[in-house]
Amino acid sequence: MTAVSADQRQQLAYVATQAADARLNVEIETEGMTLNIGPQHPATHGTLRLVARLDGEQVVEAEPIMGYMHRGYEKLAEVRTYPQVTTLINRIDWLGSFANEVPFILAAEKLMEVEAPPRAQWIRTALFELSRIANITLFLGDMAVQLGALTPVFMAFRDREFVLNQIEAVTGGRFHPNFDRIGGLKDDLPQGWIDDTKQAMEKIRDFCDEFEELVLGNEIFQARSRGIGIVPPAVGLSYGLSGANIRASGVDWDLRRDGHEALAYDQVDWKVWTHPDGDSFARYWVRLQETREATHIVDQLLDGLPSGPIMAKVPRIIKVPAGEAYAATENPLGEMGYYIVSKGDLVPFRVKIRSASFSNISITPWLLKGVYVPDIITILASLYFILGDIDR
Amino acid sequence: MTQLSSTDTDTAAEAGPEPDERREAWAAQLADALGDDFIEHHIIPDSDLWVRVTRESWVDAATAARDQLGCEFFDWLSAIDWLPSPYGRDMDAQEDNPQPKAADPMEQGHAGGQTRFQIVVRLYSTTEHMGLTIKADLPDDDLSVDTLIPVFAGSNWHEREAWEMFGIHFNNHPDLRNIYLPGEFEGNPLRKDFPLLARRVKPWPGIVDVELFPGEEES
Amino acid sequence: MSSATVMSGLLAVEVPYWASAIIKLGVVALVVPTAALVLGYVFLLKMMSFMQSRLGPMEAGPYGTLQLLADGLKFIQKEDIFPEKADRTVFALAPLVVLISTFLIYVVIPTGPDAVVAQLDVGIFYALAVSSLSVVGILMAGWASANKYALMGGLRAAGQLIAYELPLVLAVMGVVIQAGTLDLQKIVAAQANGEIFGWGGIGNPFILTQFVGFFIFLVAVQAETTQPPFDMPVAESEIVGGYQVEYTGFRFLFFFMGEFGTAFAFAALAAVLFLGGWALPWGDLTHWGFNIAGPVIMLVKVLAVSALIFWFRFTYPRLREDQLQRLAWKFLIPLSLINIVVTGIFKVVL
Repeated sequence: MTAVSADQRQQLAYVATQAADARLNVEIETEGMTLNIGPQHPATHGTLRLVARLDGEQVVEAEPIMGYMHRGYEKLAEVRTYPQVTTLINRIDWLGSFANEVPFILAAEKLMEVEAPPRAQWIRTALFELSRIANITLFLGDMAVQLGALTPVFMAFRDREFVLNQIEAVTGGRFHPNFDRIGGLKDDLPQGWIDDTKQAMEKIRDFCDEFEELVLGNEIFQARSRGIGIVPPAVGLSYGLSGANIRASGVDWDLRRDGHEALAYDQVDWKVWTHPDGDSFARYWVRLQETREATHIVDQLLDGLPSGPIMAKVPRIIKVPAGEAYAATENPLGEMGYYIVSKGDLVPFRVKIRSASFSNISITPWLLKGVYVPDIITILASLYFILGDIDR
Repeated sequence: MTQLSSTDTDTAAEAGPEPDERREAWAAQLADALGDDFIEHHIIPDSDLWVRVTRESWVDAATAARDQLGCEFFDWLSAIDWLPSPYGRDMDAQEDNPQPKAADPMEQGHAGGQTRFQIVVRLYSTTEHMGLTIKADLPDDDLSVDTLIPVFAGSNWHEREAWEMFGIHFNNHPDLRNIYLPGEFEGNPLRKDFPLLARRVKPWPGIVDVELFPGEEES
Repeated sequence: MSSATVMSGLLAVEVPYWASAIIKLGVVALVVPTAALVLGYVFLLKMMSFMQSRLGPMEAGPYGTLQLLADGLKFIQKEDIFPEKADRTVFALAPLVVLISTFLIYVVIPTGPDAVVAQLDVGIFYALAVSSLSVVGILMAGWASANKYALMGGLRAAGQLIAYELPLVLAVMGVVIQAGTLDLQKIVAAQANGEIFGWGGIGNPFILTQFVGFFIFLVAVQAETTQPPFDMPVAESEIVGGYQVEYTGFRFLFFFMGEFGTAFAFAALAAVLFLGGWALPWGDLTHWGFNIAGPVIMLVKVLAVSALIFWFRFTYPRLREDQLQRLAWKFLIPLSLINIVVTGIFKVVL
């Protein structure tokens, strides 16, 4: 970590963008080239398209184009009953599926004024953190492979498997658990699961230590990511950046700690990680620390798991009372929230899905001005998006 | 069905024993800043705050929320179409729903409203750890509102989404075109009168399709 | 590879000129694909897999040994696609230019006292000169594909290969000064007959005195063969394969063979220049047995050097283009110049 103050950094970032503009304007007038990155491009892991106007290898202007995977979940949710909606929203951020269900269920519970029993809340939180690990471990490998290192991604897939196995053991699904219910959970934990999970967490901690040396300690990785894509905190907030992306800019804000949702985070002892630099390196660093922190959260949750029922008393056919509610949680990619408008029916009247990647990626036109083509990849990789989370 | 719109006082009396002072203070601050343009607000204690302002003061409201309340974080922007669905409750094919209910009267949600379309923005303060939802009514004959881009740069894409999904025009928006849908797409899918064709042609089971609770036997 | 090379070496004096020419042609034509296969299998498929905690191909042949042959067959069956706006002649010629440059390096690499296709007085100079021909082919491919990614890849390759020619040549200079010759055979002999402070037990492989040169040579080779951390011209995650992006079928196979053939050739050059080549420090260098033992010794050394090259390849992320140029001009070239000066001083003093 460098010892640069927030003001200085903001100033530096401003100077950097100005310098980029100046360079673009002063040099010999040449005809620009429009480069179409995507929709089938390895760096966009999905179908994001980026139209970049280049001057040599320098980006004059870049604009993401999405919608190739728009599935209209907000419209579809209007014709599905509340329990059916979780099946859909599982598929928004498909790497940490369970985490998608939680805010929706919480919003519905808010409207119904029910609260899950403590055991359900604790298991919910543990599964939430497991999906965070399953999601971010892949990022840790993926960003390295975007920067050209071939090996880390295989290690990430290898160790992620331990977590997926644990999720599968509880929910029966590796990708789409669909396990959360209004008022609790579908089922209790299987026998022996707690010990297995603790072993898996041990492995994930080893994995984090390994990556801290292998990737973060690598000089080339540092040279490629330090000072690239600096997001000043004020700009990040006005673009709606959330999660690790904004914490890497030094904003100490985490909905797990600061939100008031019915989850067990206030029952365990953990730390919110921030980094003052706001560059791609900081974003990777924060995510790595968060993964390690998540293993500690899971360990503590499993140690102190209360006994009791896993379902509150809710009617068999769920009718949600009329009203409006917004619930948001700190998902692996950032803030994910659901704004539910109910008219007291079986189906929601309107569901607004606030997905993290959509806002996170909306800063790219601002951020990509003046960078080189290889830095596009670094910045996109470090902002970390899931296409399903952008396109919904 | 109950009347959703209500003033803050009687809801607070119903829903919680004590009023939420911080949110009351926020609402009062906004009311001071906006004057007559501040129409109504609604508080669910320890949970959330809704504020309804006039369309003309839309940008001022957002600016005041940012500068005076410290809501620097732009959460999201969208719209709500309050028209009851002309296709019945769940839009299913009619054999699934032999006697469609009569259409409900149009009823707006928290903090009230008069028009079919409302624009909604949610802002959040990362220091206070509190958010608020600002709403504004849009008259049917002039679905337009000023853009929030000068206040929150991130509203650009959210406004494009609201434009294509609801057909709401944002004045002074630099780049108002489709973000998700193909360029030649006709219609505004999230409007209630836009039919979901897949559900019209193929009935969908499941309204009464419920699963057993844990420990419960099939009876 | 080895038996054919030996044959040509043994028969070189007895057969008529035309026959020896055909044999030599055959040898070179055989060595390149074999080298590509060996490196591709041992390192790309197996070593990489083991480093990444997986098995690699296991189905085609025992332990997947025939996988690359199967891949090659598949490539040959594929349709030969030309992009609509491509410059067809140049597009078709480019892979051949790259491949020919690879073939030509093998001409001077000695594997025994007689087991060499052509013993040139300026052997190392020739080898480095023809190796840089490949950049022409890459530029042709990048330009003729009529694709922006390919063009960027081609331009990146040109900038990179030119920048790394210099440290490559300068790194070799130290060896040349020490051996006092450009002839690869004489460089081998100088190492085998050399002495370290009067002790000739292991000869004097130049890696001991020219370790700086060896390091620079390896780095430059990594860049010349466009392998990570210097693979910007192909960079899959940025420019999707660069100049290769429009190539299919056997033309892509040519590029593939060229890449691995060149890696093998440079590993062989490194083995000759720094590890003592085909010779063993004890024994008579003119003994005919070295024509049989030499290729085997060479192969062991080449694989050792290749293991290093590929180890880097699987470990490091990719540098950026400007960082790559900075490394070449601000670090490698000054370092190699200092190396030359120091070597010269020692040469005069000792």
